[in-house]
Amino acid sequence: MPKFRFTLWKLVLLFFMAVGAYSTWIRFRYGLGASTNLSDQFPWGLWVGFDVLCGVMLAAGGFTLTAAVHIFNIKRLHAIVRPTVLTAFLGYVLVSVALMFDLGRPYRIWHPLIMRNPHSVMFEVAYCVMLYTAVLSLEFAPIVLEHFNLKKPLAILEKISIPIVICGVILSTLHQSSLGTVYLIMPNKLHPFWYSPILPGFFFLSAIAVGLAMTIFESSMSSKYFGRALELNILRELGRVLVVVLAVYSILRFEDLYHRGVLKLMFISGYEQRLFLVEAFLILCPLFLLCIRKVRDSAQGLYLAAVMVVLGFITNRLNVSITGIESSAGTHYIPKWTELAITGAIIAAGFAIFGMVAKYLPIFPEEHESSTNAVPVDAPVVASAMANAGD
Amino acid sequence: MSKSILYDATLCIDCKACEQACATHAGLPYNDKIAAEEYQSAHKLTAVLNKNEKYMRRLCQHCLEPACASVCPVGALEKTALGPVIYDEHKCMGCRYCMAACPFTVPKYEWEKPLPQIRKCTMCYDRVSRGDVTACTEACPTGATKFGERDALLKEARERIDKNPGQYINHIFGQTEVGGTSVLMISSTEFTKFGLRADLVSDPLPMYTFRVLSRIPDFVPIGGALLGGIWWITHRREDVAAAEAAEQAERDKNKGGRQ
Repeated sequence: MPKFRFTLWKLVLLFFMAVGAYSTWIRFRYGLGASTNLSDQFPWGLWVGFDVLCGVMLAAGGFTLTAAVHIFNIKRLHAIVRPTVLTAFLGYVLVSVALMFDLGRPYRIWHPLIMRNPHSVMFEVAYCVMLYTAVLSLEFAPIVLEHFNLKKPLAILEKISIPIVICGVILSTLHQSSLGTVYLIMPNKLHPFWYSPILPGFFFLSAIAVGLAMTIFESSMSSKYFGRALELNILRELGRVLVVVLAVYSILRFEDLYHRGVLKLMFISGYEQRLFLVEAFLILCPLFLLCIRKVRDSAQGLYLAAVMVVLGFITNRLNVSITGIESSAGTHYIPKWTELAITGAIIAAGFAIFGMVAKYLPIFPEEHESSTNAVPVDAPVVASAMANAGD
Repeated sequence: MSKSILYDATLCIDCKACEQACATHAGLPYNDKIAAEEYQSAHKLTAVLNKNEKYMRRLCQHCLEPACASVCPVGALEKTALGPVIYDEHKCMGCRYCMAACPFTVPKYEWEKPLPQIRKCTMCYDRVSRGDVTACTEACPTGATKFGERDALLKEARERIDKNPGQYINHIFGQTEVGGTSVLMISSTEFTKFGLRADLVSDPLPMYTFRVLSRIPDFVPIGGALLGGIWWITHRREDVAAAEAAEQAERDKNKGGRQ
């Protein structure tokens, strides 16, 4: 057993988790009123907008990669499936944890299981997320079983792996797009920049884009902080697919804005306009960057583009869930420190758990020979926490 | 047999008897401080607004096809055949989708409580199902709030406007808004002055979601078959390539042997 060592980043993670623990006490002792800036005018805030909407999107790499490798049989991508499935599994577990904070009565989270309302998108999302988390646990299970050398269950999982992957892809397609459907019932509340009848399609496409971008981001970080060779040829491939997805998304988005006659709003100065432009910049900039071959061939270029894509779509979902609602609600919403602290603690927990799992379980493939494409990457230092978290 | 409430703002005198009666019926406190609050909340399910001596009563509109009931994942909100939209606090898990979806921002939350519930006007479902009128109707001294069948009240509202076109604006709020509501309102001033939206769609809101949601049962088998098919083709291609390579190797070997 290696001796536990305190490093700077471990302290940072522990700090976030400590503040989060204190905020958790406030949340459950005194209720949502004391711990959030939510109100009757603004019932959904950071925990829905970021923790749930963005959380599910950031975990979309799982279904994107398993589909590419197991359904489309793109073998080159095999090496990065495991860390991606781990991220997705962790992501969904953390989304469920975040939901426990947001629900007024979290101990009734199981109610949709028996009290069904098939007309509710939320009901459908609840079922899909629950089933998909189960699917992810089955996709992740072989890693644990391998570690403990349990051959029999491993063989069973191997046999049913394709149906499991297909279930996972269908469930993901459904709930990723349904998170957009959630907002279709608010034609009079959501700002026209973001209210679109094809919002479910946008949510699905953005999930795929972010799934790919997060995979690039993650591989870059783990290559640096677990001292592994970077699979640059794989990431280049992902970068090429990402260009296509971003282009399709951007064209559809433009067409949609154009046909709804919303484009002219882009030139009228305002609060929504500024945030819309931020979003547009963060999505279009990596699209242009990734079209350049030199960028796609460089580890730094891919990394930068991936980060922008992730930030761009996070901005998009926060715009849908927060910015776009503010003017009809007649109020500005800024999260309370306790809301931020709990979100921060959940992210910190994600980093720490990823670091620990990566340390003790075989999630990265054995490196047989050093790849010719091995290039170190300059990822932000936050990631070093991941590498050390398991010490 | 759908029950409705007709509120005629021109008859209202801002006595707040409806607010008092509503609080009593709902078991909520009522005092001068609460009476002065110009908005609905978890402890004030109906409010009479006063803008320059023009009045408007706000309460749940009891939509004919309510967004709140359609979005609730556990079916805690329900449109009854009688008319009222009612709430079952024992089912509610507190996701607050009803609050986000309601076009009139009617459902309110008990934010200050550790274990909160939604509060909204239930059109006195208990009284109405006994055959009584709502508490607010009973308390109203001028008949500004009237209870009855929706068809009859709609006809009456139309007649009142037609008889006194100078006294009313030509709009029955709730006739077509979001597919129609069980609470109808007529007034001498624009409804927008009191925070009611003029640009509400006339389609029932649940339709916007259900158009998409109803495709799911088809999507699952089609998607499954499609993905299975792609899997079969991509892997079959590989098997064929491997078999051909093996055949070729065999042939090469035989050729080599004969020479």
